[in-house]
Amino acid sequence: MGKRKMGKIKAKYRLFLMAVPFIIFVFAFSYVPLFGWIYGLFDYKPGLSLSEMDFVGLKNFAKIITDWSDLSRVLRNTLVMSGLGLLAAPIPMFFAILLNEIRRPLFKKFVQTTTTLPYFISWIIVFSLSFAIFSNDGLISNILKLMGSSETFTSILGKNNAVWIFQWFLGIWKSVGWNGIIYIAAIAGIDAELYEAGRVDGANRIQLIKNITIPSLYPTFFVLLLLSISNILNNGFEQYFVFFNPLVADKIEVLDYYVYKVGILINDYSYSTVLGMLKTILSIVLLFSANKLSKKLRGESIV
Amino acid sequence: MKKKFSVFDVINYTLFALIVIVCIYPFYYVIIYSISNPELASQAVLLPKGFTLQTYKTIFSLNNILGAFGISVARTVLGTGLTVICTTFLAFLMTKQEMFARKYVYRFFMITMYLNAGLIPWYLTMRAYGLKDNFLLYIIPSAISAYYMILIKTYMESLPMSLEESARIDGAGYFRVFCSIIFPLCKPIVATIAIYAAVAQWNNWTDNYFLVNEENLQTLQMILYNYINQAQNVANVSAQTLSDAATAVKVTPMAIKMCITVIATAPIMCVYPFLQKHFVKGIMMGAVKG
Repeated sequence: MGKRKMGKIKAKYRLFLMAVPFIIFVFAFSYVPLFGWIYGLFDYKPGLSLSEMDFVGLKNFAKIITDWSDLSRVLRNTLVMSGLGLLAAPIPMFFAILLNEIRRPLFKKFVQTTTTLPYFISWIIVFSLSFAIFSNDGLISNILKLMGSSETFTSILGKNNAVWIFQWFLGIWKSVGWNGIIYIAAIAGIDAELYEAGRVDGANRIQLIKNITIPSLYPTFFVLLLLSISNILNNGFEQYFVFFNPLVADKIEVLDYYVYKVGILINDYSYSTVLGMLKTILSIVLLFSANKLSKKLRGESIV
Repeated sequence: MKKKFSVFDVINYTLFALIVIVCIYPFYYVIIYSISNPELASQAVLLPKGFTLQTYKTIFSLNNILGAFGISVARTVLGTGLTVICTTFLAFLMTKQEMFARKYVYRFFMITMYLNAGLIPWYLTMRAYGLKDNFLLYIIPSAISAYYMILIKTYMESLPMSLEESARIDGAGYFRVFCSIIFPLCKPIVATIAIYAAVAQWNNWTDNYFLVNEENLQTLQMILYNYINQAQNVANVSAQTLSDAATAVKVTPMAIKMCITVIATAPIMCVYPFLQKHFVKGIMMGAVKG
């Protein structure tokens, strides 16, 4: 008996010991970088150690004010892109609803396979595909030439007033099939008796969709919407980096790009660190607010 | 059940046919462009014009493409292997309720999903670890993923406990139990995670961009980006092609770009249709966990 208990206690620590290498690893790669936030309080100079750098207090935070004309433009772009993303939130739901109305399993499967493919390619490939189609040497320009058009072709990749819509379209193109899968799963989970009852009452397909399918999908839609609201500052870096060019610069620079620009291109490590830090903190606050809202409205948490 | 083809169906099928074309055609176009005669390729819309593989031959004679392909394959194979082994074993440990301070250890891992230090602190840390211009940068930092860990842990918890218990009574240690019982039972979820990790590895280029300048360590994605963006590279290729003037086909910069795009996309396009169900399963499990 006593021996068995001893063994149990030992097992408790043996398990912990086995986890220690992983704890150290995650500490080194996910927690140690957080200590880098301290550079936000210093004037970072490459090659110097922290003790040799000048402590500048909140000077890098004050830069937010002096830099406001640029930063406000970046924030505008960030919020525009995120806002457009939120507007597009119902698209995967309707995609799934309509796909569910397709009765031929083979065609359905084909649609699902082809529409999810763009999700699995990198933004560099997306850029390359866009280049093939929309650039000055691209497909559209070539077709216009074949048709004998004499107008000079301006690529949408360099059209300043089209950036937001174009990037929005690319974002939808890349993710609609993938995001639709969650809704397809949710639809599969709806009680078939509901539809049966609806049909007995003489409802047609549109009415069934309106009165049964859509209301059943509200909870899923709500959770995903809250998650995207909490990600409003995180547009991602890759898309905006690959599609960046001087002609569209003022419309395409989002926060993730700006953190890169200030840090790597302008070489102001300290200010970039401050911006990145504030972005992370605000995102966490947003996430927890969204979570609280979800708990209050639905009694369920999302994280 | 008899179903008649209504107006609704006609519109619906047409809509999805259009969506499919919008999703697939860009890939198709790049492929036909890459196998067309580069000088006629601009006329290719539905079919290749003047079939030739000369552009591919030229590309593989550029020494940096084959090398980059090798680096991309190496990081995908090694990185995926490491992620799968480490994350699965960690998930196994996390299913053990009897572990000392398990709740806190688990939280310690979970928090990493939300805490992002930012570009510069990450950059400086990796550099301090000596991972700048180092191949290990591609495979080490991604060894553990909290998100994958949840998916695997959720799966493991759905397995019957009895098998493991009987093995424990027979005196097998945790490590033995993991290797001979749990891991084989987890094949479905491990396959899903492996595919996710592999796609992420194949597509990743930001680590390369920020921290690896060394020419021999460039990934295929990065090379492709450089070819599309930098006139310099394309000029080099053109110069080289001019010296190949003996060959009948003249390779153009656009054809080069299209070829590299095909090479960089081909592994995903070849593997994806067959493994689609694994991809879908992964997102379902993630959704269940919510």
